[in-house]
Amino acid sequence: MGTAPTPPQRPPLQPRTGRERWADEFRRRWFRYATGVLAALVVATALAILWELWDGSGPAWSEWGLSFVWRTEWNPVTGQFGALPFVVGTLLTSAMALAIALPVSLGIAILLTEYAPRRLKDPLIFVVELLAAVPSVVFGLWGIFVLAPLVQRHVIPFLAATPLGLLPIFGEPGSGYTLLTASLILAIMIIPIIASLSREVLMAVPRDQKEGALALGCTRWESMRYVVLSYGRAGIFSAAVLGLGRALGETMATTMTIGNRLGLTFDYFEAGNSMTAIIANELREAASEIHVASLVAIGLILFVLSFVLNTLGRLIIMRVHTRDT
Amino acid sequence: MSSRVEQAPLRLRVRLARDRLLVGLCVVALALAIIPLIWVLWEVVAVGTSHLSVEFFTTLPEPPTRGGGGWAHAMVGSAVVVGIAVAMGIPVGVGTGIYMSEYGNNPLGRTTRFLCEVMAGLPSIVAGIVAYGLIVVTMGRFSAFAGGVALAVLFVPIVAITTQEALQMIPRHQREASLALGVAEAPTTLRVILPAAMGNVLTGIMIATARVAGETAPLLFTAFNSRYWMEGIDQPTATIPVNIYAYAISPFEHWHAQAWAGALVLVAAVLLLNVAARTLWARRARFMAGG
Repeated sequence: MGTAPTPPQRPPLQPRTGRERWADEFRRRWFRYATGVLAALVVATALAILWELWDGSGPAWSEWGLSFVWRTEWNPVTGQFGALPFVVGTLLTSAMALAIALPVSLGIAILLTEYAPRRLKDPLIFVVELLAAVPSVVFGLWGIFVLAPLVQRHVIPFLAATPLGLLPIFGEPGSGYTLLTASLILAIMIIPIIASLSREVLMAVPRDQKEGALALGCTRWESMRYVVLSYGRAGIFSAAVLGLGRALGETMATTMTIGNRLGLTFDYFEAGNSMTAIIANELREAASEIHVASLVAIGLILFVLSFVLNTLGRLIIMRVHTRDT
Repeated sequence: MSSRVEQAPLRLRVRLARDRLLVGLCVVALALAIIPLIWVLWEVVAVGTSHLSVEFFTTLPEPPTRGGGGWAHAMVGSAVVVGIAVAMGIPVGVGTGIYMSEYGNNPLGRTTRFLCEVMAGLPSIVAGIVAYGLIVVTMGRFSAFAGGVALAVLFVPIVAITTQEALQMIPRHQREASLALGVAEAPTTLRVILPAAMGNVLTGIMIATARVAGETAPLLFTAFNSRYWMEGIDQPTATIPVNIYAYAISPFEHWHAQAWAGALVLVAAVLLLNVAARTLWARRARFMAGG
């Protein structure tokens, strides 16, 4: 009667000491931590952007406080700086660009989701997306040599002759480098993003809603007007907000066509300036500390504006998605 | 069909006419987007090709009074600056995308995802301001490196988001199968999930590369400009986009012509990258739909 052989001693399942446990944890999960470090690097970059904008613009804020935003003077010689003309220029051009681009983009989105034959659809989507791929500086080049002369010789005289010319936003015709020229280029540049975002919104409208409307005897336009557009209202609004955010931050095409004139103007037929244009034009050569700080402060205002618009747009999209699912 | 419409009551005919009008307006809208695209491309190709020469690719610029000369230094400069951005951006961007997709269900993951969305909408000139303040001012001079960093800031969020989306498209059971076979975390991601999503990850990288290759604003006060060959990544350098800008706003006729030629080179490179990326993606999508 022999004793049963003792089973071989198994190693303990859990390493006993804390240090061994950490070593084991690390062996199994190092990859998670390694990619986590990279993700943390992105967070650090975002913080660095914020800190640099805040720190770099410090002298301007301590000199003028918040009134920097609505001061209108900009004079590197006397060291007097204020952001208002540039904020106004950016808002005017972006708003006009959005007013032109939104209906056009909606039309494209409707055409591509509802009417375009299957065979044409993908090529058309591709072409519209190509528009987004053309570098901004190339649009600027085209703006200088093609669009600005065209605006000066044809668009402005035409608008001035119509009743629209009486609107207070249009003054005396002058050169081709105007707020209007910049607005037109911006409109062209933000069409692809608004069109592709609204297309997604329209595609997300449930099929049975559309078909229900058609079954009740609606024409396609009526089902679009009463069902699709009202269902997608929030999504289209967010597409517009994101398009506006894109227009605010656009630099080269604006800088090359807006005229770069200092001073406050509300006249679309006049040369103006924008937040991006003044930074692009002056940061390289800014000599005094307060001049650099003022330019960085304008960068901070730009960043905050685009951050607010982007976050707003994303939040609405997220809410729409959670509603849909 | 048409006779029935003609017999239909007036109100219905008005409604149907309005329906057709809408389609017409939509076609007009599409034309309004496509005409500028074709116009821009046409100008670039027509004016650009007439001023393109072998010299343009192989020589340095001549003084504006003399004419001739080329942009070879700017092409090298662009390649170096974009190369720096891509070399720094791929590991960070893809790694962040992997983290957000595979391990990101925690505060860090959610924060990163939010910040990537925000930074994807960052005005490009702001990236330039930050690189200017942190690198140019610290080093005391403009440099290709500062330009590369500015572009990397724009490159990373795009790659991170597209990588995350690509990985999310891989079915969950592939991960679970791999983990159930006892494969550890790293090889599961690197040798099962990532290869399956590789087509879309590469598409994201190529589209992001095309985007930053055309960026001008962040380079104006980081890489700056130069009329000579680049002397090192700690020195200022010319790039194609900045040169287009500088030549376009100059008062010299033949510099304008060279700006168009440069635009042709840039547009060709950027569109080629985009088309290649999208056809790669299309092949992948068909394959996934078929399999």
